[in-house]
Amino acid sequence: MASDTISITVEFTGGLELLFGNKKKHTVSLPGASKTKNPDITFLVNHLCENLMQDSRRELFVLDGGVRPGILVLINDADWELEGEEKYELQSGDHVLFVSTLHGG
Amino acid sequence: MAEDPTNIDTEQKWPLDPEEYKRYGRQLIMPEIGLQGQLNLKSSSVLIVGVGGLGCPAAAYLAGAGVGKIGLVDGDTVEKSNLHRQILHSTATVGMSKVESAIKYLTSLNPTVKYVPHIAHVSTETTLDLFTPYDLVLDCTDTPASRYLISDTCVLLGKPLISASALRIDGQLMILNYPPLPPGNSKGGPCYRCFFPKPPSPESVTSCGEGGILGPVVGVMGVLQALEAIKLICAGINSEEPVESRDRPILHIFSGRPGATSPFQFRAIPFRGRKSNCAVCSSFATITKESLTSGSLDYQKFCGILNPVTALRAEERVSVEDFAESISKPMTEVRSAKRTDSRKYTVVDVREKVQFELGNLPGSINIPYSELCHVTRSDNVSMSAQKESSKDGQPTPAWVTTLSKTSPDASIYVICRLGNDSQLAVQKMKEYGLGKGSERFIADIKGGFSSWREMVDPTFPDY
Repeated sequence: MASDTISITVEFTGGLELLFGNKKKHTVSLPGASKTKNPDITFLVNHLCENLMQDSRRELFVLDGGVRPGILVLINDADWELEGEEKYELQSGDHVLFVSTLHGG
Repeated sequence: MAEDPTNIDTEQKWPLDPEEYKRYGRQLIMPEIGLQGQLNLKSSSVLIVGVGGLGCPAAAYLAGAGVGKIGLVDGDTVEKSNLHRQILHSTATVGMSKVESAIKYLTSLNPTVKYVPHIAHVSTETTLDLFTPYDLVLDCTDTPASRYLISDTCVLLGKPLISASALRIDGQLMILNYPPLPPGNSKGGPCYRCFFPKPPSPESVTSCGEGGILGPVVGVMGVLQALEAIKLICAGINSEEPVESRDRPILHIFSGRPGATSPFQFRAIPFRGRKSNCAVCSSFATITKESLTSGSLDYQKFCGILNPVTALRAEERVSVEDFAESISKPMTEVRSAKRTDSRKYTVVDVREKVQFELGNLPGSINIPYSELCHVTRSDNVSMSAQKESSKDGQPTPAWVTTLSKTSPDASIYVICRLGNDSQLAVQKMKEYGLGKGSERFIADIKGGFSSWREMVDPTFPDY
């Protein structure tokens, strides 16, 4: 594997998949890894907007550069707040799940 | 054994009524319930807020299980479009209040339960008094504003909350504020605000009316709420030990999964405890009983109100009546000429394909709004090394090409379900130069098919 990219799994649920070609699970190779620092969640979110998102309505995914309110981010099935939120540095093989909260009843 | 109803000893001899042993027999013999569990159920009271797709199955199972008192809150009346999922209501109760309709059904299911009707929506003025007499609350509502209000009230009153939601084929469930310890006690369970400190923008909130909902999916979630409620009640709601001694709160996610034989999926995601700076359940809480009742909190405003789109100028919009008139003549010409490109207008229907197929105007073209918003990407799964080169020189979307082929002097009328997306679609078409300066008339049809049905064609399918 090239030293400057890492491969992770990204998953969308709760309707977010509709913004990403109606596909829930994606394998994503992220550039920008260096010896001292790996890409963080902020980088990933921006990367997803630029490369994977198939809908022009970015506001349904991001707000002010971060994930919009109402979306939970889980890193390897754990709450991202336990992992340092957007500063978390991704590791090869990580699983990042974006859950849009539902309101219907 | 003692059949004689005058025998006073019978009542004292057995903790449950003879009829209760029969009625609850199948659950009584389970070690998870047993006599103590049944007595807990009998002495418990549950408030169900929202008697829709979640509240109906939840109420049915809780009534069936023998919960002593069930309060039902809803200000809506039964509509025909509710019946595919809201199983307590029936064709005969369309138009009746949901609460009355539900109690009618529940009484026939189990007349020994006490049902308390609250025919109103929850509001800041009423929730504290309304929730106080109950041990446990089920959030079966469908808006962010009510979800925040219900959660805040439960925290302030120390009541556990079982919250569920559903849309399309997905569902979510959380047990909140459990154990229900006072604000500031970090051992208490997290509340809705701990998960979602900021509300989602109203644009990102999809209702069942817009996005759709499958009956069994929301039904599963409501049934699970009833299950969690029964577990909590049997374990003792105020017991210090959380159910199953779990040390972390859990977000349950259900996916019905598309595809005829795709397995459905349940996931349990462990979450953190209370947020240290939560606005209601932390020691830095700013939301109190006083602030709730004083009216200083406006939940609707907090969550934002979605106003109808007003993206276009008046001259870029036509009424359904004017549209009907302007299409009546050319349409016949088109038909006789049997040449679609000779028409003097083009009607673009921007509803999603599945809605278009439910009913449409003859000769109209379907370009779904999602297609107008689609960004063309090379459909490479791992797109890491994709060059950015195609970024600006993006290919022209297929829909632009399609519309470019129509006669340049033919007007374009854009229609949708309610008249919001159609305006945004007109803007997009103009951005792509389809207006040819202002040579070509492009307009949206005000009020969409909703107005069309009301003013022009009452037979147009109403879904």
